[in-house]
Amino acid sequence: MSATHDHAHDGLDHHDHKPGFFTRWFCSTNHKDIGTLYLVFAVIGGLTGGGLSIMMRAQLMHPDSHIFTTGQHWNAVITSHGLLMIFFSVMPALIGGFGNWFVPIMIGAPDMAFPRLNNISFWLLPPAFCLILAGQMVGDGAGPGWTLYPPLSNATYQSGPASDFVLFALHLAGISSLLGAINFITTIFNMRAPGMTLHRMPLFVWSVLVTAFLLLLSVPVLAGAITMLITDRNFGTSFFNPEGGGDPVLFQHLFWFFGHPEVYIMILPGFGIISHIISTFSKKPIFGYLGMAYAMVAIGVVGFVVWAHHMYVSGMDVDTRAYFMAATMIIAVPTGIKIFSWIATMWGGSIDLEVPMMWALGFIFLFTVGGVTGVVLSNAGIDQAVHNTYYVVAHFHYVLSLGAVFSMFAGFYYWIGKMSGHQYPDRLAKAHFWVTFIAVNVTFFPQHFLGLAGMPRRYVDYPAAFEGWNKVSSYGAFLGGISMLMFLVICFLTFTSKTKVADNYWGEGATTLEWTLTSPPAFHTFEELPRLK
Amino acid sequence: MHVLRRFFATTLTLALGTALAVPAMAQAPRNWQLGMQDAASPVAERMHSLHELVFWIVTIITVFVAGLLVYVIWRFNSRRNPVAASFSHHTGLEIAWTVIPVLILVVIAIPSFRLVFFEDRIQNADMTIKVTGHQWYWEYSYPDSGNLNFRSDYVHDEDLKPGQNRLLDVDNPLVLPVGKNIRILTTSADVIHSFFIPALGVQRYSIPGRTIETWVRVDRPGTYYGQCNQICGTNHSYMPIAVVGVPAAEFQAWEKTAKVKFAAGAPIPAPAPAPALAQAAEPTTIRVAQVQP
Repeated sequence: MSATHDHAHDGLDHHDHKPGFFTRWFCSTNHKDIGTLYLVFAVIGGLTGGGLSIMMRAQLMHPDSHIFTTGQHWNAVITSHGLLMIFFSVMPALIGGFGNWFVPIMIGAPDMAFPRLNNISFWLLPPAFCLILAGQMVGDGAGPGWTLYPPLSNATYQSGPASDFVLFALHLAGISSLLGAINFITTIFNMRAPGMTLHRMPLFVWSVLVTAFLLLLSVPVLAGAITMLITDRNFGTSFFNPEGGGDPVLFQHLFWFFGHPEVYIMILPGFGIISHIISTFSKKPIFGYLGMAYAMVAIGVVGFVVWAHHMYVSGMDVDTRAYFMAATMIIAVPTGIKIFSWIATMWGGSIDLEVPMMWALGFIFLFTVGGVTGVVLSNAGIDQAVHNTYYVVAHFHYVLSLGAVFSMFAGFYYWIGKMSGHQYPDRLAKAHFWVTFIAVNVTFFPQHFLGLAGMPRRYVDYPAAFEGWNKVSSYGAFLGGISMLMFLVICFLTFTSKTKVADNYWGEGATTLEWTLTSPPAFHTFEELPRLK
Repeated sequence: MHVLRRFFATTLTLALGTALAVPAMAQAPRNWQLGMQDAASPVAERMHSLHELVFWIVTIITVFVAGLLVYVIWRFNSRRNPVAASFSHHTGLEIAWTVIPVLILVVIAIPSFRLVFFEDRIQNADMTIKVTGHQWYWEYSYPDSGNLNFRSDYVHDEDLKPGQNRLLDVDNPLVLPVGKNIRILTTSADVIHSFFIPALGVQRYSIPGRTIETWVRVDRPGTYYGQCNQICGTNHSYMPIAVVGVPAAEFQAWEKTAKVKFAAGAPIPAPAPAPALAQAAEPTTIRVAQVQP
């Protein structure tokens, strides 16, 4: 990697006019700066939510343990953990962070379509984050679980303002992602460089496009549902209150109509990142590009018609259950296409096991494990025995905590040189991968056993029979805490490193437009549109 | 299909032999358990055999994917394969990995549909019980036994007798006759709970304003445990379910004593007001009634 190459572009950098600190970071209209803000925010959100999970595992290490004084306190913490991880870590990192940084660059656009809207999208999140924390600390805390099912979430059972804080936090986070989605869709449809047809767009851009559509169609439904909940709580309506003619199950339908696409919102950008990494380090073009792109579209479309598989035991008609079962199983097909296409991309390639590639390979394996337990759960007949148990907890942590989070780290190691101009410390980064890989498996694999044995989720205390695997799971989580610290050390060493990286430090396999720019890219890029042959 | 199922069953028993071979009376979950609790109802039995089928299919798929990953990392490593190929399409392969998963899903879906219809409800029930979730205890009613009605609380730590399971045993278990088809109706007096007994393959939410139906047939005598399985407030972890399956004759004897024991004014554990009243009553009202002599 030659540094001389770098200097050719350096002149450009100096001509760049960067605004002063306050204007640059607080009134930003630059997609790269906003992307950086999102990434920093996602790390803060992830550390907060991850810290809560370590407290939770400490509590669950033994039965009859009293780290949490009341069940309500516990419920408030599990609620915050779920919401923080989803809305304040995974989504900001994958969509706001990497999406903002690389979607405009990959399509050869100078910036996002609506730069000020982009700024608002980000700045709605910190107040939302504060409201979530307030929801946990005010009064007894908001403890209806992240799914917010009434009547437990209504004013009788969650009295005080804590739950209202959480609901308003979701409104703010929802508006934030909605504005972001509008911005991405407009950018991708209208600002592609000449020659960048939809069918030549990098897969990460495809993934963000599909994600943005999922957000656009699902978030308003959540907004409607929580608005009804807010009026139920505060203004005497009874949308979800049976005594007033309302229906608690209606909320479940509305919530999961948002909630199921939401899980694909979290994983699809990860799919995009993994595709780039696999292709780069195999030095081969992605296998079945169109199949990969349309598999994501198919996952997005089918993802909208499977929501009630979260409600198999809520008393739905058996024919309805049969339908949702069939629709849910179908999702396994496009997902399988993706897994096999990644393997086919590597087949015949010349694989370099660099750190991002290790995370990507880890992603494929762990996502497969989480995916197949999803097939088990899709069977309404079996779900009756494992619904709401730790089997479900294991399943969704395998696809999210191990899937989405692995894609976040893969993206971080893949692009940090591009974003910062400095490379990560290789050995420590490899150690970080292995410690995390072992930690998450030790944490979550035993939870399958607990779930099959019948241990319900969201329990602050449990019968002695569940102690063994819970203890193992807790040890895994503590190791996971160490891996979080390793990540912080790696960040510190990367940003303080003196060595500069070249423009295309991954070599021939990295073919998307960001590798034609300097590392880090100039403050403004593509002021002259690149032309694609 | 049957041959396949038997093959899977045999392999599973061989593979997880000691872990899954369970003494006859141990119905509670056990430490270091790997699989499901022993099936004690026709529904749970069928669940287990479907789970076994799906479990082996997904295990084979996972091992296959892992094997492919290890192989490509080893075979197509840049040291072993310095020059990458450049192909990026293979129509036959792409059709294969679309069609084969569909066929596998069909293999899963057929028994799965059968199961979901089988476990839905029972046509000719021998008796009905009504389960009402409360914050934080269960209330059981036997409309066929002269509206016999009582509440079931967990055994507090200080009252635990030797041999009782903490957070599983209750003061008044749900007693059911063995071998009878029993209709279960669930509802709730406050928030949503979930009536969940793994060994019997029973689970339904209990939702205020709704009555949800399912069914169970307890195959053999014994005590079966479950827990509330839908977050329901601060004591969500403290409202377990215990079901005692007894022979029909014993059940009739229990019915008689229970009617006396749970008659109005009896000290423990719950009053037996008219069922409608019991449902409307706030938990605090019941507690007041409880201390009356």
